[in-house]
Amino acid sequence: MDIQIWTYTLVGITFSIYVGIAIWSRAASTKEFYIAGGGVSPLANGLATAADWMSAASFISMAGIISFQGYDGSVYLMGWTGGYVLLALLLAPYLRKFGKFTVPDFIGDRYYSNTARTVAIFCALFVSFTYVAGQMRGVGVVFSRFLEVDVTTGVIIGMVIVLIYAVLGGMKGITYTQVVQYCVLIFAFMVPAIFISILMTDNIIPQLGFGGSLEDGTPLLNKLNDLHNELGFAEYTKGTKSTGDMFFITAALMLGTAGLPHVIVRFFTVPKVSDARKSAGYALLFIAILYTAAPAVSVFSRVNLIETVEGTQYTELPEWVGNWEETELLAWTDKNGDGKVQYRPGAAVEGKSPVFAKGLGPYGNRIVANPNMNSENELFVDKDIMVLANPEIANLPPWVIALVAAGGLAAALSTAAGLLLVISTSISHDLFKKQLMPDISERGELFAARCSAFIAVTVAGYFGIHPPDYVAAVVALAFGLAAASFFPAITLGIFSKSMNKEGAIAGMLVGLGSTIFYILKFKFGFMGGGGPEKYWFGISPEGFGTIGMLLNFATAFLVKSFTKPAPEKVQELVENIRIPIGEPEVHIH
Amino acid sequence: MEKVDHPKHRKYWKENLRLLFILLSIWCLVSFGFGILLVDQLNTIKLAGFPLGFWFAQQGSIIVFVVLIFIYVLRMNHLDRKYGFREKGEF
Repeated sequence: MDIQIWTYTLVGITFSIYVGIAIWSRAASTKEFYIAGGGVSPLANGLATAADWMSAASFISMAGIISFQGYDGSVYLMGWTGGYVLLALLLAPYLRKFGKFTVPDFIGDRYYSNTARTVAIFCALFVSFTYVAGQMRGVGVVFSRFLEVDVTTGVIIGMVIVLIYAVLGGMKGITYTQVVQYCVLIFAFMVPAIFISILMTDNIIPQLGFGGSLEDGTPLLNKLNDLHNELGFAEYTKGTKSTGDMFFITAALMLGTAGLPHVIVRFFTVPKVSDARKSAGYALLFIAILYTAAPAVSVFSRVNLIETVEGTQYTELPEWVGNWEETELLAWTDKNGDGKVQYRPGAAVEGKSPVFAKGLGPYGNRIVANPNMNSENELFVDKDIMVLANPEIANLPPWVIALVAAGGLAAALSTAAGLLLVISTSISHDLFKKQLMPDISERGELFAARCSAFIAVTVAGYFGIHPPDYVAAVVALAFGLAAASFFPAITLGIFSKSMNKEGAIAGMLVGLGSTIFYILKFKFGFMGGGGPEKYWFGISPEGFGTIGMLLNFATAFLVKSFTKPAPEKVQELVENIRIPIGEPEVHIH
Repeated sequence: MEKVDHPKHRKYWKENLRLLFILLSIWCLVSFGFGILLVDQLNTIKLAGFPLGFWFAQQGSIIVFVVLIFIYVLRMNHLDRKYGFREKGEF
């Protein structure tokens, strides 16, 4: 069977499973729709959380980013998993004990204020919409490459599938599809990784093959460092970012991860506090399987790529090069006219991506209209190729290539569904039930939840089809905002008993305001913009969430010191959240 | 509903905070310490094909993170039992 048929078969099978689960697990009440009835086992929740949290970025892009950045890429590995430790130790058990449906629920009740609730709703919506657009885009990219439909059709198919199981099943449907999606995506990631590890280092475990040696006995990492030195790249294991920047970006990613509402809400679905702790452990274990293999994949594919393309005649390049040139994720422009690929540091093309002219060059290559003549580099490679093309680069059988397509879709869809649920609960529960229409019936609320899920999918799909070209910048903003708003507000709510609403609201506003300002200024170029030399203390916008968080904490304590401490009832609530037993009583003014 | 027994609560909470402090110190040490601040020094040590600092930044810290959460789970279960805060349906 060829790749196409394999891909249609595998994607078809997985999609029917997702839809089947949706029909089997229809949500009948808001409790089922929001938190799967609160009866999910810790193991199932661990699997679901891992899938929920590992997005298209983790599956498709991360290994590629690390492959191009070497040591600098460690910020993602440490940041995204390290945040999980904060989540497991500082947030999950207490939020489970609090036992409501959403993050704005906690903020609103803990700070006895609908203003705080509204700020939280705004953040939850912003973070989730930002994120979900990227996921839908991921769905489109996978479809267009592997199923040869255009991106728009791909996104629409993805929308319909998510719609069916998220709208019908709510959290209940999402949970069990995510369990399946985890299995699909981890299998899809590990099979090619194992194959390539065996090919390159004779080690069946990619995590160990990472430190292994090539056939001639040179350690793989030494080999890669040598290749980098030869071609003029920075040494792979050293990187180029300053220590300070590494520090702040890692911290911002950790704090942002811990504040992602779609991950936090997963811990509301288990029956007990001890289950919340346990499922956090399972989740990170399942995540770590992919996250410890990813840097190995990065090294394998980097060595593979350089050895395949560098100095090779264009006409003798393997078939996958042409395939990816078709999708415009790869381009070659013969700057020195020797017909060979010259791979060097620097941008091969002007701007972000290659623009192709009509017709073909002398070697049958697509003509690039925007070569960057200031660099000797002739090859443009999009980072996403490294994972998606890996099986082709390593000459693996067609079913493995098809598997990667199904895995990428599982990763994107599972995260998209989790985010859509946050968006719909924010609207139906936090906005309508808690503020605008407190008398809404159970059925009415469930209907509102389904409607908002429907609208959210449509909006997300629109952004997937027409992606704003600042997607990467917006994701930095989402993490920064989660770090600067949710993380401090929730931890203060648990660990500082007397923290009052004035402090918390002021803190969130200052944290949000400063982070939005900094990122708009330096990432989007508003308010005068400015390059890296203008950064405050050399901190890049991606790392500013850390500062936003510190400002949030400082403001909260300052404002608290000259306002009334939280009322006695709220302090009792906090006492109660801190121990695993007994019902928390909530009083709202 | 569990009556709020303040001295008992406070002791439980204090022990919990102590555990968090220890675990988060290790968390900080392996990631920000070994993986970032001390990376150059550690990279001079080679272990099984890896420069050690690079290994902590890309693999070691993640493994430690997983272990930390499981230690937390075990210690907290122990603490819950010690103070009688174990939830129903468990032994």
